Amino acid sequence: MTTAIDRSKTYSEMEVEQWLRMYRRMLMIRLFEEQVNDLYTRALMPGLAHLYIGEEAVAVGVCEALRQNDYITSTHRGHGHCLAKGASLDRMFAELLGKEAGYCKGKGGSMHIADPDTGNLGANAIVGGSSGIATGAAFSAKRLKTDQVSVCFFGDGALGQGLLYEVMNMASLWKLPVIYVCENNLYNEYTHNSETIAGDMLARGTAFGLHAESVDGQDVRAVYRIARELVNHVRQGAGPAFLVCQTYRFMGHHVGDINREYYRPKQEEQMWKTERDPIKVLGDWLAAQNLADRERFDQIQAELKSEVEKAVQFAVAAPYPSPDKVEQDVYA
Amino acid sequence: MPEARELTLGEAVREALAEEMRRDPRVFICGEDVAEAGTVFKVLTGLVDEFGKERVLDTPISEAGFTGIAVGAAMTGLRPVVDIMFGDFVTLTMDQMVNQAAKVHYMSGGKWRVPMVMRATLGATRRSAAQHSQSLHAWFCHVPGLKVVLPSTPFDAKGLLKTAIRDDNPVVFFEDKMMYRLKGPVPVEEYTIPFGVADIKRAGSDITIVATSSMVQVALGAAKLLEEVDISAEVIDPRTVWPLDEKTLIASAKKTSRVIVVDEGYGRYGVTAEIASVIAEGAFYDLEAPVKRIGAMHVPIPFSPPLEDATVPTEKSVFEAAKTLVS
Repeated sequence: MTTAIDRSKTYSEMEVEQWLRMYRRMLMIRLFEEQVNDLYTRALMPGLAHLYIGEEAVAVGVCEALRQNDYITSTHRGHGHCLAKGASLDRMFAELLGKEAGYCKGKGGSMHIADPDTGNLGANAIVGGSSGIATGAAFSAKRLKTDQVSVCFFGDGALGQGLLYEVMNMASLWKLPVIYVCENNLYNEYTHNSETIAGDMLARGTAFGLHAESVDGQDVRAVYRIARELVNHVRQGAGPAFLVCQTYRFMGHHVGDINREYYRPKQEEQMWKTERDPIKVLGDWLAAQNLADRERFDQIQAELKSEVEKAVQFAVAAPYPSPDKVEQDVYA
Repeated sequence: MPEARELTLGEAVREALAEEMRRDPRVFICGEDVAEAGTVFKVLTGLVDEFGKERVLDTPISEAGFTGIAVGAAMTGLRPVVDIMFGDFVTLTMDQMVNQAAKVHYMSGGKWRVPMVMRATLGATRRSAAQHSQSLHAWFCHVPGLKVVLPSTPFDAKGLLKTAIRDDNPVVFFEDKMMYRLKGPVPVEEYTIPFGVADIKRAGSDITIVATSSMVQVALGAAKLLEEVDISAEVIDPRTVWPLDEKTLIASAKKTSRVIVVDEGYGRYGVTAEIASVIAEGAFYDLEAPVKRIGAMHVPIPFSPPLEDATVPTEKSVFEAAKTLVS
């Protein structure tokens, strides 16, 4: 049976294609992260792994609204941002395993993926630490008139950092083309943000004169819609924007954070996983609209599984950097 | 014959900035009160008239913020020169300098570069107390990925700053605020000074005094006093403390067999400690005495003049130390 798609009058082919592309991207991130979890627990991956599972719609929805040469900065929970911006699976895995073929020749690892070809200025392991870099990239874009936009991804934990407020102030004064995207997943590591964030989240943006919006971060179509609007807004020179995406981290703060009941109830996790999974939310909607069916989703999943598998094999087989490279690239 | 003229250290810095801004439209200055005010030390006076407020950019009082913006701007095609009014305020920029600027190139496997300069001041005895008087340059020397420059003359300041601006790495450039009015010859024609090349400010044969920044003049004064008691002192200025011209320092130590290292930063765990150790390792069998370190006293810089004056090395204290070492 061929996929039955009722192209009902309201949706263009381009729209449907775009939704399926976003579905695919989210699932790619999900499968990538599940594989990371597997590699980590099998002790094949050194260091730390902070999984993005559950938050895929934020990275995918925002990056769908960006051009290839638009800039992003990412976080310690950054695999999703890098993939959404166009990073390839094999070099991502290679970097996570500390291999020479990785995006940073094995020198950055999971928390520092950077890739000029996709405008990725780098994931950053200092919470809020990249907000200066993202704002500086917007400064260059404006000064050099390149028409680029810069997106700074950060979690709600970064709202505790002063740097963010300093650069939001300057971005607004100088009308820089930057969007601060706050992924509010409710927890600063192992602490609920009701214990860490006073006052109103959005008001942190409006206080500096930023165009501020809040969106359901589990609905990729909604994230994309608002992101596209904000990207157009800042690209036209209207000044910076602040976007709070309400989302949830399905897994622990990092892979080793397994027993989490002391800071969040199991029922809460279960509720988000069953009712608010961004991949399921989009899949159900597409199915309800008769725009894609189970067969199509299965096909996408099978393709991605094989891509991920190949990428892992590549990374596992790839050589480590030779120790004599340790002093290379300290200075340009 | 090149035209002979003298500039103050402040004027030399300004001239270096102006020349590099004319040469390269990507270069811009940002910091507090840099435009019409020309900074509190008036070092940048007039630059805004030539280059405009976009390239001589007044910022809010947000050292971490504008340093972070400079890092991002440097990565994406501009060449910022960040102005930190008092060197004490570098503490506010530390994450941006140490965790971001210094590491971006390495962490990205050599793909992103951070061609930026941070200009800051150092030096005590301005009666400005503990938060406007420190010499914190040693902190940056500890971090791989940064370069640290300490000019001691108008000539060096101009040539080294031009090199710093053209460097593709983050460079921290410390100016002694007590030396802004110091005059010295500066050629009219274009020149730069490479990093990692020490300068022998005065040749001598009995003792080597390695001195940095503000302490070079102190060392030269001490050398004069030593001459009066028939001790010939060689004064060497490393000019950049990272990269460090170890070869020249060790060669001089081998020649004179006695060494004092003077720097206005704290002696403990400081620049003097590192240089003394480099010399001890490189010239141990040629030394007649342990290498002597002289730095600021290990106290917060006090306000009261007699107290403050007691904390920094002087011509007299360097002279006395040298005399003891030679006798």
